[in-house]
Amino acid sequence: MADCYAENTLQYFPEKCINCRRCTQVCPHRVFAEGDKRADLVNPRACMECGACAKNCPAGAIEVESGVGCAWAMISAALRGKDMDSGECTCGGPDGSCCGGEAKEEEPCSCGGK
Amino acid sequence: MPTTEKSHTIKPTGSCCGNAAPSPAEACGCSGPTNKGPAPVIRQTTSEITAKNRWDHILARWGVNRMGHIVTPGLYRLGNPDKDSPVFASANYTLSFDALRSALAGRDAWILVIDTKGINVWCAAGKGTFGTGELIRRIAVTRLAEIVAHRKIILPQLGAPGVCAHDVARYSGFSVEYGPVRAADLPAYLATHAATAEMRTVRFNLRDRLVLTPMELVHFGLYGIIAAIVLYFLAGPVAALAAICAVLTGTVLFPALLPVLPSRDFSLKGFVLGAIVAIPFAVVFAGSPGLSGLGRVIAAFVPFLTIPPVVAYLGLNFTGSTTFTSRTGVKKEIFRYVPAMVVLAGLGTILGIALGVLRLAGVA
Repeated sequence: MADCYAENTLQYFPEKCINCRRCTQVCPHRVFAEGDKRADLVNPRACMECGACAKNCPAGAIEVESGVGCAWAMISAALRGKDMDSGECTCGGPDGSCCGGEAKEEEPCSCGGK
Repeated sequence: MPTTEKSHTIKPTGSCCGNAAPSPAEACGCSGPTNKGPAPVIRQTTSEITAKNRWDHILARWGVNRMGHIVTPGLYRLGNPDKDSPVFASANYTLSFDALRSALAGRDAWILVIDTKGINVWCAAGKGTFGTGELIRRIAVTRLAEIVAHRKIILPQLGAPGVCAHDVARYSGFSVEYGPVRAADLPAYLATHAATAEMRTVRFNLRDRLVLTPMELVHFGLYGIIAAIVLYFLAGPVAALAAICAVLTGTVLFPALLPVLPSRDFSLKGFVLGAIVAIPFAVVFAGSPGLSGLGRVIAAFVPFLTIPPVVAYLGLNFTGSTTFTSRTGVKKEIFRYVPAMVVLAGLGTILGIALGVLRLAGVA
């Protein structure tokens, strides 16, 4: 069965890990697990590229091209002739939508949730 | 010459305040504890969720006054906190703030509401508004260091994509502790300050998905109604009903059935669900009185060509609302499936128009 989500941009360099366990605290999908000497990358396929682990890794042992997996944002960026990878969630703004922010050209988006 | 420019921007002031320096330097604590001025306001809050709060939550879920569900940023007193009471950070979105304060019922605590422009913690973290810079700035302007004796701040775990904990510690002196994903788990978490794997994991169960469907409906419902009106006059009530069904399927049924639909790709899930929904319409159209054999065959094809791509497209647009889709995967989906959606829907529309023409000409 076709699976567009089989690959992602998560990269782990275990030799740099200082075993602070931040990644296991911030990952919402149990991609990393606590190990004896270093964190173990146990479920890379579950990574949603939120970037929390890389951002909170003090040793620079994790890299990921973080972004929001929102088709709405990417399609509306593409339709406006903008870069799909601009990384900007187009949600928000005073005209009614979810993600708010100061950007001027907004499209409503369905970023819901918690 | 980049090097010259760099030294030029850094040297003159010697501090970050005047510079357009990138975060975290931007949030250097220039307005830190030494900064004197009028004492910042500390507001009082409670753990009680009133009927008014509940009404606000319903409106937020339906997208009414979307950006109006805002809490004033700043420091809040929950109960009677003292200098040793814990500090929790939250977004200035009513659903986020209310989830936190209600979970802390019966406790004395400080709540630091940071300015996320009325956006929930996770979305704001993804955009960076629930971020290192704003957190450090808010710690500084509320003079938190003068109010509490300890140096620890508890953040919601889902704030982590926007916050660099070690930079917060470096620039504010406050160490970051990531609490559980859900505020409701806070009482259990606070007993040991250790989160279970379950507490650290986002869920997306039926209830979580269903609360998002009103927003999907609000976003796409109007298109469905317009399509239904147009189709009513061009092709009759059944075609109008098909348009309504396609939109309802894509916005409500799709999220509800998400995990049981085949494939991990949202578009494929949508094609499958759309094809199932198209069956009764194909049957009805195929049995239309007054159509010739050829006309019936064409009429049966049209719903199969039009409904699946509509549901697939609406399904694909649900990716941003879910808790697990990566940008890499969603992008791949867009390139792989959107062309097929366009071709199928285009073919279906052409066939539908052809059927109408043939009928007028008395051929079908």
